[in-house]
Amino acid sequence: MAKDPYEVLGVAKTASADEIKKAFRKLVKQLHPDLHPGEKKLGDRFKDVASAYDIVGDEAKRAKFDKGEIDAAGQERPEQRFYREYANSGGARHYQSNAGFEDLGDVSDLFSDLFGRSSAAGANMPGRNVHYRLDVDFITAALGGQQRITLPDGKQLGVTIPEGVADGQTLRLKGLGHPGRGQGPAGDALIEIHVRPHAVFERKGDDVVSELAVTIDEAVLGGKVEALAISGRVMVTIPKGSSSGQTLRLKGKGLKGKRGAFGDQLIRLKIVLPKAIDEELETFMKAWRESHAYNPRAE
Amino acid sequence: MTISEEDLVREVSVLTVQRLHSWIRLGWVRPERREGAAHFHDVDVARVRLLCDLEHELELDEDTVPLILSLLDQIHGLRNELRSVAVAIDEQPPAVRDRIASAYRRIAEG
Repeated sequence: MAKDPYEVLGVAKTASADEIKKAFRKLVKQLHPDLHPGEKKLGDRFKDVASAYDIVGDEAKRAKFDKGEIDAAGQERPEQRFYREYANSGGARHYQSNAGFEDLGDVSDLFSDLFGRSSAAGANMPGRNVHYRLDVDFITAALGGQQRITLPDGKQLGVTIPEGVADGQTLRLKGLGHPGRGQGPAGDALIEIHVRPHAVFERKGDDVVSELAVTIDEAVLGGKVEALAISGRVMVTIPKGSSSGQTLRLKGKGLKGKRGAFGDQLIRLKIVLPKAIDEELETFMKAWRESHAYNPRAE
Repeated sequence: MTISEEDLVREVSVLTVQRLHSWIRLGWVRPERREGAAHFHDVDVARVRLLCDLEHELELDEDTVPLILSLLDQIHGLRNELRSVAVAIDEQPPAVRDRIASAYRRIAEG
């Protein structure tokens, strides 16, 4: 899901934590699948609400979301099997009570016959999902690839990391969870991806942000220098008269987004002076200052 | 496939051992007992999650939870019986089904 969590919860971006909690609780009452055993379509909406609250119901995450450091995508909750699924498939008979219709035996001989019997345990039950956590390095997450995980029973599982996978995103491997009971289908393996931070790159939505050190002469005169992109080394052009903090945008050199389009790479320039200031530079600067003083703080 | 008490508490993040024990004591959760240990089936795990939602996310108090739980158990009991009755009727020859259907309409509308 990539819906705006505020919109999903129906609150303003400025809502207090209390208002958000209230709105959430109201929606849980309306949408919790277990409080509405027969309404099939509630599951998805409830999941959206729960995912939204996972973000904005948590002060730290909400602050990050508001600053754009995380987005609503990739915060998806792993699929949950609600109680009603077991109850509806006859798997919860030992919890169910006949108290609600014992009296029907009085109006129907058939019913009083039938409800005297003891119930059989549910024979066909779907298997449980298994959750794993997989650490992936930044470049593998960006470019996609194969990675193996070792299961608790020693078996190995090959996982295809999709291009541009985000930190916290969950991959689902159908049928690789626990086996089902009887004719029940096996559960799924749910793999939560954790992307390790990178020394140079940082992810911002589908864009990749990095910093590039340039010399004072490159900043003044411009020029072509080598920079690191996620796909390898690239040549970038430093415009004449660049300042620290100025950003170069490499179109399409970012991460593959949800809709298949690629983000950009944003390279922030940082002017680095030589380790030691030599006499020649000092003399030149003194002379230059006499006739070309400027004040960038005045703007 | 069952999981142990420790695994259950680890898997359901808001759950504490104290809470779980009191639910078992109250009969709200009924794990299988084998060799002195509790074994939780998938259905027990789902029920524990439901209880967590009721107590934690809806902040219902301890008196309201059993009320809801009991109503839910009755609804599920009814739904299961209704489903069995429906399947049993479906297995009848068309003439019998028709007779049941018209009797049903007469009673339900009368």
